[in-house]
Amino acid sequence: MGAKSHHMVAVKLNEQLGTKRKYTFINRAWLPKILVMWILLVAFVSRIIYNRMDAENKQRRKEVLVSMCDQRARMLQDQFSVSVNHVHALAVLVSTFHYYKNPSAIDQGTFAEYTARTAFERPLLSGVAYAQRVVHSERDEFERQHGWTIKTMKREPSPLRDEYAPVIFSQETVSYIESLDMMSGEEDHENILRARATGKAVLTSPFRLLGSHHLGVVLTFPVYKLKLPTNPSVKERIDATAGYLGGAFDVESLVENLLGQLAGNQAIVVNVLDITNSSDPLIMYGRQYQDGDMSLKRVSALDFGDPFRKHQMICRYLQKAPTPWTAITTTFLFFVIGLLVGYMIYGAAIHIVKVEDDFHEMQQLKVRAEAADVAKSQFLATVSHEIRTPMNGILGMLALLLDTDMSSTQRDYAQTAQACGKALITLINEVLDRAKIEAGKLELEAVPFDLRSILDDVLSLFSEKSRHKGIELAVFVSNKVPDIVMGDPGRFRQVITNLVGNSVKFTERGHIFVQVHVAEHAKALLNAKSETFLNGGSEGAALSGTCHFKTLSGCEAADDRNSWDTFKHLIADEEFRYNASSQLIGPDDAQNVTLMVCVEDTGIGIPISAQERVFTPFMQADSSTSRNYGGTGIGLSISKCLVELMGGQINFISRPNIGSTFSFTAALRRCEKNVGVDLNKSFSGNLTMALEGLKATVVDEKPVRAAITRYHLKRLGMLVEIVSSIKMAVATSGKNGSVRPKNKWQPDLILVEKDSWISGDNCGLNLRLFDWKQNGRKLKLPTTVLLATNITSVEFDRAKAAGFADTVIMKPLRASRVAACLQQVLGMGKKGQQGKDMLNSSAFLRSLLCGKRILVVDDNRVNRAVAAGALKKFGADVECADSGKAALTLLQLPHNFDACFMDIQMPEMDGFEATRHIRVMESKANEMMTAECTGGTGEKKSEWHLPVLAMTADVIHATYDKCLSCGMDGYVSKPFEEENLYQAVATFFESNPINDER
Amino acid sequence: MLGLGEDRLRADMNRLLTLLFHQGVLDEQFLQLQQLQDETSPNFIFEVVNIYFNESEKLLRNLRDLLLDREFSDYQRMGVHLNQLIGSSSSIGAKRVSNVCVAFRAASEQNSRPGCLRALEVLEHEYCYLKNRLDEVFHVSKSSN
Repeated sequence: MGAKSHHMVAVKLNEQLGTKRKYTFINRAWLPKILVMWILLVAFVSRIIYNRMDAENKQRRKEVLVSMCDQRARMLQDQFSVSVNHVHALAVLVSTFHYYKNPSAIDQGTFAEYTARTAFERPLLSGVAYAQRVVHSERDEFERQHGWTIKTMKREPSPLRDEYAPVIFSQETVSYIESLDMMSGEEDHENILRARATGKAVLTSPFRLLGSHHLGVVLTFPVYKLKLPTNPSVKERIDATAGYLGGAFDVESLVENLLGQLAGNQAIVVNVLDITNSSDPLIMYGRQYQDGDMSLKRVSALDFGDPFRKHQMICRYLQKAPTPWTAITTTFLFFVIGLLVGYMIYGAAIHIVKVEDDFHEMQQLKVRAEAADVAKSQFLATVSHEIRTPMNGILGMLALLLDTDMSSTQRDYAQTAQACGKALITLINEVLDRAKIEAGKLELEAVPFDLRSILDDVLSLFSEKSRHKGIELAVFVSNKVPDIVMGDPGRFRQVITNLVGNSVKFTERGHIFVQVHVAEHAKALLNAKSETFLNGGSEGAALSGTCHFKTLSGCEAADDRNSWDTFKHLIADEEFRYNASSQLIGPDDAQNVTLMVCVEDTGIGIPISAQERVFTPFMQADSSTSRNYGGTGIGLSISKCLVELMGGQINFISRPNIGSTFSFTAALRRCEKNVGVDLNKSFSGNLTMALEGLKATVVDEKPVRAAITRYHLKRLGMLVEIVSSIKMAVATSGKNGSVRPKNKWQPDLILVEKDSWISGDNCGLNLRLFDWKQNGRKLKLPTTVLLATNITSVEFDRAKAAGFADTVIMKPLRASRVAACLQQVLGMGKKGQQGKDMLNSSAFLRSLLCGKRILVVDDNRVNRAVAAGALKKFGADVECADSGKAALTLLQLPHNFDACFMDIQMPEMDGFEATRHIRVMESKANEMMTAECTGGTGEKKSEWHLPVLAMTADVIHATYDKCLSCGMDGYVSKPFEEENLYQAVATFFESNPINDER
Repeated sequence: MLGLGEDRLRADMNRLLTLLFHQGVLDEQFLQLQQLQDETSPNFIFEVVNIYFNESEKLLRNLRDLLLDREFSDYQRMGVHLNQLIGSSSSIGAKRVSNVCVAFRAASEQNSRPGCLRALEVLEHEYCYLKNRLDEVFHVSKSSN
């Protein structure tokens, strides 16, 4: 089965993983691709940004160039036209003074001087000269008149021509051209012809000027003899032409000067071209092959006033455009930022994926761990169960072995083995308990039980050990705690047994003190007490200074709130409440009662470091503990679980080497009195009867211990008074004894604590005590009894000598034991109580089952025989039925069966169904009965309810719930075991106390 | 008989039972049965075991018939028989028989015919062994009485 369940767990695990393996939003396969795409996008965007910035730069550069170029062109043009105008003025001058005046008012000298003095007006002209028009017919006369021949440009006498244009006036700067025929130069010739035809200034194409190596152009202006008509024809102009005024523009130096005046001239390169012949532009200024930035140029048109010729200016930057660093850095930064952002997002995504992975892994591990935990619990339960079976075999065999004849050694061995086996079984049961609790399968019963008797039982378990160690072991149950409560006695007892067991184990001296109070009451009081203690603490301090703590044994306890100061109040309050009696119990806590149980010891305590692990299973304070004291350390954890199941809490206060106080609360329910009385009677009824009303004086110097003694005596119905020493006891009772009062305290018993007797240092006192006894002989003498934890034979003898009764009441005190001892001392009721004390289960079972009519239903003959045999052994009257149907016919009402044991698995009609039928029959009968009984004779006849117990072979799958839901009252596991049977039968026969034969 | 012989016979019987326990043929349930036997029902164990043998033989015969039937398919009925056998075996504490029955039941639940046949063989063997041994025990105890 283990393997199967494990398989199931694994399958479940896989399913869970399968469904959970989904990623929330990031697809890991796409991540790198997305990153690459992002980088590409960023690169693309940076590229665009770069382009835009670059274009802007270029645009600005271009604009600058354009403006510079245009400015230069305009200036050049302006200056040029100024010069041309002036030449025009000169032409007018010549025509006015040379031709209109007769004789001429101008000769070479005048002209030279005038032009020299007005040269500042023509800064661009290197010089001006006037050439006269001479036709061939007039040549001889002209030459004669001037005294020189007309020469060509090459300074040779001019050959024969139609016309000549010899220079007659010239500025001094160009005096070398006087007498040269301007028509002999090709450019000049053309110029002259064009000028006289248009009547305007005309320019030659650039050429190297005579006398300098600069490039230049020659400006020619016609001078007319006559005043021309307003719209003269070309012929008229030619005829009217008298001569030509010419000037040489030194373009190179002109432009140089001009540029020199402007800022930024070194940044650009300027070319001036004559583009009259557009296919072959002629350079007027600037070099043919320029270095400089060829990529960007600006062309500005120039108008020098000659419509025939066209000029233009070309500007370039000297240097190439500077590298656009801003754009580059901006772009680069953008790219880097984009890259980083991309990487960050990528990193984050990777991280998320990783975290997700981890998360899934964790989840997987968690599921596995949980599965493992479940498997562990199942394994534990299974294994424990499997171990139990062979262990039972071993124990059985040992029991068998012990029945045989053996030597004492062999018997000893066998007994040891049996004890060990029992211890092992106990341990296994504990482990099984723990596993069951963990699996949540443990359910608490709710049956009425007597708390005090349970505590007595627990104490009796440990009495031997505690006495052996010399520890004071005591229990005190507050009066406010109801006699009978509803709850799970087994579990309650288990917790207390565990705590007390631990305390006994770890305590070497001092005391172990179990107290039970009603929680609200105790809590309220403790809080109030601790406050008052804080306020007026001097008293407590003084007391603790004397090293005598007011605890049970005088040793210091861990939780000092439990000392006498508090305890006193608890008791005092209780007595008040007790007197005020029942009306107080009523309304405030109607059904539920929360008990607080404290187990206080003065043992080795728990080391501070280990205190938080105390309730962890298999954890002891330290490893040395288990070596010194043994044990597994599972007990406390089980206790904790159980207490929590009972709706309470467990906690502790512990001080190393001083002791520990464990306290827990448990929520139980009150129980109706009438049921309780019956139960109480069954336990110690006849014992208490005999002692009721007796008066006892308790002599004890320790108030806590005295209070406990009083508690036990009160349970037996006795009246108790406490005195702190023998002297006082003698004083109170002795005097009274002699005076013979009416209603003064006259004890029947004096109980003396051994400590008080010994510490009294009082041989004398003893004597006086004895005397007093002698004196008062005529009165009814109080019997004196010694109370002791342990006593040596010497002390015992001394006690007897001092007049104590033969029987010493040994602690721990238990009501039944005290009762027995007192009866023995008082010499009464020795009759039948011996047997009662030895109430073991099989005898009890016998008493329960004896004479009962029981129906056993099972289809299996063998099982039937075995069950019948087992029940018969306990005195029951057994009848058998072999099927559910047969059982139903037997159980037709009215019948006289007291109980029915029903097999679950049967053919045709199984146990569940049969039980259901039985219950249906019963409920019908009950209805009829109540209908009959409405008149009411007062006698409440019990309703039909046959206790039906299921028998099942399968303990693990014992479906208790199903049994209950079908109306069954309980179940027994099938191979009948005595204890099992006892438990099952006891619970329902207890709650159904039908008859009193016992 | 002589007192001496009686002692020896009792020792024999104890030895025999111990052996059976040791082998796991019997378990503590048998002890419980023994405890049920007292003066009022001196032959209790003997009676119960006899009932057990009768019942079991019937069941075994049924099982064998069922299995040997050619067109056999009624595994459910076989399971019912086996449950009965398990119940009665564990009642008298015949541990090994009941263990074999559990295995048998598992085989029948899986509808495995060869498995069932094998289990039946083992079961019959165990049963015979138990019967022989218990007969022996009772023989001894009879003669001791």
